[in-house]
Amino acid sequence: MSLLRRAWAIVWKDLLIEARTKQSFNAMVFFAALVLFIFSFALGPDTELLQRVAGGLLWVGIAFTGLLSLSRTYQNEETSGGLEGLRAYPGDPRAIYLGKLLGNIVLLLLVEAVLIPAAGILFQANLWPHALGLVAVSVLGTIGFSLVGTFYSALTVNLRAREVMLPLLLFPALVPVLLGAVNATTLILEGDLMGEAVVWLRVLGGFDIIFFVICIWIFPIALEE
Amino acid sequence: MGLKSKIEKFLGILALLAMVVGSYVGLVVVPADAAQGNVQRLMYVHVPAAWLAFLAFFVVFVMSVLYLIQRDERWDRVAASSAEIGVMFTVVTLLLGMMWGKPTWGVYWTWDPRLTTTAILLAIYVGYGALRSFADDGEKRARWSAIVGVIGFANVPIVYMSVTWWRTLHQPPSSPRSVAPDILWTLMLNLAAFTLVYLYLMMRRIRLAKLEGELERRMAYNA
Repeated sequence: MSLLRRAWAIVWKDLLIEARTKQSFNAMVFFAALVLFIFSFALGPDTELLQRVAGGLLWVGIAFTGLLSLSRTYQNEETSGGLEGLRAYPGDPRAIYLGKLLGNIVLLLLVEAVLIPAAGILFQANLWPHALGLVAVSVLGTIGFSLVGTFYSALTVNLRAREVMLPLLLFPALVPVLLGAVNATTLILEGDLMGEAVVWLRVLGGFDIIFFVICIWIFPIALEE
Repeated sequence: MGLKSKIEKFLGILALLAMVVGSYVGLVVVPADAAQGNVQRLMYVHVPAAWLAFLAFFVVFVMSVLYLIQRDERWDRVAASSAEIGVMFTVVTLLLGMMWGKPTWGVYWTWDPRLTTTAILLAIYVGYGALRSFADDGEKRARWSAIVGVIGFANVPIVYMSVTWWRTLHQPPSSPRSVAPDILWTLMLNLAAFTLVYLYLMMRRIRLAKLEGELERRMAYNA
């Protein structure tokens, strides 16, 4: 129980800082909107085309935006040597991972809560009939993204070229998440006549479980000093 | 000359001989494929390269696990060497595959599950190499790259499955062709040759890694 309580303390601290400063949230929403805009410009004003590729555009936007916040995961701690402080606390270091993971998931889901309706307006897609499916994809996809992302950002935090290294390590590992999320989103937006979206939700769920186990297991080694 | 360098030299000569014989048999002795013609001969180098790439990355995985358990520098050196050689074999595999794909399929590249997975595999281990080159501290570099070696390999089956589903939900998979005995033993011969090349390169690369580590220590000591 104390593991969860310690994790929760980190989540609470980070979200409180975020709520007071909004340093990440504002930048992320603005950046995500820009990504969607740039895609729309690049592909032209053909609404039918945009609707067909909306799932892909949306998730590329989420991936880039998520990367932005992931690289800042340990920034609150970094400036004043706080990570050493966290590490020095007695108990399981996995609480740090759990807390940071939960914080990243919550933040990214909040951004998506703005981004997905905005994409619906921009690409002229009626999202309400598909709301339940879209929420399921976002939650499972965001968990998968954050699981690996939170882990690799801890691994690269002390690296010289971490701005390059994080995406270089992260994106190849995230191929199943991106494939699952994009295909599920596209199928759901098309009405999912064949019931295929469930297959992709299972891929996402499976990825989430496997990587949760691996990351939780290895994290203490990644954090050793 | 020490025993190790004797073995290394012997392995090198053996690998060279095996490559010459394997290439001769693949290019001259075995008849051309009835359906594909001479292009099919590329298979004798393409398939062994692909197998060796997978073997090399499997070695990275095993050595990474060993390192994380025992924290012995030796395992790190073997893992790093194998990753580098694996990347080389992967690039060779992809290039040869493209040379074969253009006349056979009409395109250099297609989003076939195996092709796509191999490309992602390349990206994973290029990332592994980049991580190593950006980490200064020897112990941390070994620990971090071992973690990437474990996660990267654990991800391969998931990547392969998801890419296969991505492609086969919409198109049927191609049927496997039966393989003639001539083709099979030529393939095995070349596989043996490539394995010898891998072992030879590994011995050299591990020796180099040892020297690099020694140099790093001395420079740290002098600084």
